[in-house]
Amino acid sequence: MTVMTHRLIEASGNPFALTHLDSLESEAVHIFREVAGEFEKPVILFSGGKDSIVMLHLALKAFAPAPVPFVLLHVDTGHNFREVLDYRDRTVAQHNLRLHVASVQDYIDRGVLKERPDGVRNPLQTVPLTEAIQQHRFDAVFGGGRRDEEKARAKERVFSLRDEFSQWDPRRQRPELWNLYNGRHAPGEHVRVFPLSNWTELDVWQYIAREKIELPEIYFAHERDVFLRGGMWLTAGRWGGPRDGERVEKRLVRYRTVGDMSCTGAVDSDAATLDAVIAEIAVSRLTERGATRADDKLSEAAMEDRKREGYF
Amino acid sequence: MTTTTEQLSATTLLRFATAGSVDDGKSTLVGRLLHDSKSVLADQLEAVAQVSAGRGQDTPDLALLTDGLRAEREQGITIDVAYRYFATARRRFILADTPGHVQYTRNMVTGASTADLAVVLVDARNGMVEQTRRHTAVAALLRVPHVVLAVNKMDLVGYEESVFAAIAEEFTSYAATLGVKNVVAIPLSALAGDNVVEHSATMDWYGGPTLLEHLESVPVGSDPRQEPARLPVQYVIRPGSAEHLDYRGYAGQIASGVLRVGDAVTVLPSGRTTAVAAIDALGTQTDVAWAPQSVTVRLTDDVDVSRGDLIAAKGTAGAPAKDIEAGVCHLNERPLHVGARVLLKHTTRTVRAVVEDISYRIDISTLERRPGGEGLQVNDIGHVVLRTAEPLALDPYADNRRTGSFLLIDPADGTTLAAGMADEPFETVRRAAETSNEEDWI
Repeated sequence: MTVMTHRLIEASGNPFALTHLDSLESEAVHIFREVAGEFEKPVILFSGGKDSIVMLHLALKAFAPAPVPFVLLHVDTGHNFREVLDYRDRTVAQHNLRLHVASVQDYIDRGVLKERPDGVRNPLQTVPLTEAIQQHRFDAVFGGGRRDEEKARAKERVFSLRDEFSQWDPRRQRPELWNLYNGRHAPGEHVRVFPLSNWTELDVWQYIAREKIELPEIYFAHERDVFLRGGMWLTAGRWGGPRDGERVEKRLVRYRTVGDMSCTGAVDSDAATLDAVIAEIAVSRLTERGATRADDKLSEAAMEDRKREGYF
Repeated sequence: MTTTTEQLSATTLLRFATAGSVDDGKSTLVGRLLHDSKSVLADQLEAVAQVSAGRGQDTPDLALLTDGLRAEREQGITIDVAYRYFATARRRFILADTPGHVQYTRNMVTGASTADLAVVLVDARNGMVEQTRRHTAVAALLRVPHVVLAVNKMDLVGYEESVFAAIAEEFTSYAATLGVKNVVAIPLSALAGDNVVEHSATMDWYGGPTLLEHLESVPVGSDPRQEPARLPVQYVIRPGSAEHLDYRGYAGQIASGVLRVGDAVTVLPSGRTTAVAAIDALGTQTDVAWAPQSVTVRLTDDVDVSRGDLIAAKGTAGAPAKDIEAGVCHLNERPLHVGARVLLKHTTRTVRAVVEDISYRIDISTLERRPGGEGLQVNDIGHVVLRTAEPLALDPYADNRRTGSFLLIDPADGTTLAAGMADEPFETVRRAAETSNEEDWI
C-alpha cells in the first residue's frame, strides 16, 4: 500500500473497523455457535431480565433462519414481577421455544427449602437450579453474567467448569486463550457459559436500543407503590412488605435489574424511553448491583460465596 | 439525547493487557486509569475507602480496585487474568489485568493472546529488569501488535528526562531484536496522576500523548484487506423448514481477511474449490464481510462441509499437514513430555496428537535455547514437534493469530495443558521484522 492511501485510511478511520457493539455481538455469537457445535444438551437461563433477553436475541441471530437449538430454563423464585413473567411467556410463545421452570416455591412447599427470615429468595435459587441441571442432564448452561458486575465475576471465564454440585473451583478454571474455548467435562459435570462476559451495563442498553429489543415495562419509569427497606425502594406486596412501620408511598421509579422482588430495588427515575435510560446510566454514579441488589451487599465476599456454591 | 446514544454507540473496542510486577505500581496504574477516566462508580469507591480505612490508611488505596478474590488469598493462588472495563467518549476498553508475581508467563500469555496492545510497566528507579525482558518477550511471542513502555514512578526520580530517555532507548532496541516494531514510551507517575489521563504539569519536556490518549487513538486490529480470508466453520445451519427447504449455511467468525460474494474459496482439508454464493451477517444479507465478523456463508456448490473445516480464499492456504512444528507455552503444573498423547484444538477442530519431540526450551530472559529433553514445566516456553491424527490447515502464527494458534488438552480430564503457536516462536518474529516494509498497516 502506498503511503498516501495509508494516510487516507488513518485520516478517515479504518473503514473495516467494527464498532464496539458489533465486536461484542460477533464474539457472543461465536460463543453460542461453539456451544451448539460441541455440547449435547445446552440450556439458556432465561428470567425475563434484560441480560437474558439480550442473550436470547443473540442466540436467535446466531442460528437464523433455523430455530435456536437450545431450550430455556427459568428458576422462578415465586416472587417475580408479574410483568416479567408475562414477558417471559409471550417471548417463549412468539419464538416457539421450550421453557422449563424450576420453582423455588415448590421446594419450599415440599419442605426441602426453608424461607429465610428476611424473605429474600435469591440465595434459594441454587438448589432448584442445580437439581434441574442434573435432572435434565444439561451439559452447557448459558448465563447472562457480565464481568463488569462484581469483583468475583471479573475473573470468571467465558467457559466456567462446574462439578456435579455446580460448584466453582478457582483451581480448576482453565486459562482461556484467543477465542479457543475448552468445554471438555466429565459426565455429571457441566460448563456455565457467559456470552456477555465482556459486555458492560451500558453496552447491553445500547445494544437493546440498536436492535430495538422489547423489554418488560418495569425497566422504564412508572408509578409504583414502594416502601423503603435497607436503603432501597422495594415493591409492596404479599411476599413480605411493608411491615414494622415501613410506609408505602407512590413514587416514579424504574428497575435497573430485575430479580426477586424481595431484594431487587427500584431507583427513582423519570427515564421513560430507551434513550433516557441510556443517558441516565451513562451518568450514574452507582453500579447497577450497588444500586439495586440487597443480597450483594451482605458482605464483601457475598457474590464470591454464592458463586462457589453454584449460584452464578 | 439521540446524539449521546449515537456517539456512545459509534466507538471502537480496544483490548489491551498490562504487565508488570506488583512493585512497579501496576495496580495503582490500573486503579488510576479507571478512576481518572471516571469508570469507578461511587459505591465501588466507597467500598475501597471502607477497606482502606479498616486497614488504617488515610486515603483510598486505588490498588484495591483490582484486589483479588478471597479464595485466592486464602489458598495462596492467583487466578490468571482479571478483566476490567472502562470507556471514554472515543473508545471502549477491555483490560486484561495480569498479575505479575506468580505464574506471570502463563498469565501474560493468556492476557496477551487477545490483546491489541500491551503495556509493559517499568519502575523508573530500576530501569529495565529481568521481568521487563520477559514481559516484552511474551508480548513479542504472542505478536501483540502494539507495545507501550510505561516508565512509572517518575516522581521518585525527580521527573528527570534523562532517566526516561535512557530506559526508553534500552527498551526500544531490545524490543526491536524481538521484532516488536510499534513501541511508544511514556513517562508517568500513576500515584501522582502524571501522563496517565491528564498531562503532567511537571514533565513539560515530554511532548507525546498521555497513556489514555494513546489508548484512545492507536489503530485497532489489522487491516483485513492485507490478509487472506479464513472462515473456520463452527456450525452448519439447516433449518429444514418449508420456507427454507434448501438453505444450507456455514456459520463462523471470520478469522482474517475479507469475504465477498462471488469469491472463489477452497474448503480445507478436503481441498474442494467452490465460490461464495451469499453472506448473511446476522440477519442482514451482505456482499462483503470481514474479520472478526460472525457470519453465515452459503456456497455455490453442494460440497461436503462440516464443523472443523476451514473456508479459505482460493490459493492462499498451504496443504493441510499432520506434522506440526510450533512454539508452545506450557500452562499446567503437570510437565509436558515427549510421547505425551494429547488433544489439539485448532480453530473449530479438535484432533488427537502426540508430542514427537521437544526440540528446545527458551530462556525467556536471555532468549537462549536450552535442551528440551526434560520436558516443559509450567510457564516454560519451548518448541515442539507434533504429529496429528488428521491433517490441519494451520497458518504460521506470525501470519495469523487466529488460524495459527491452538491449545493442547489432556484427553483424560480435559485440562488445558499448553498454548501453541505454529512455526518457530521467535525466529519468525525476527524474519518478519527484516522483510516487512516500514509502512506496514497495523
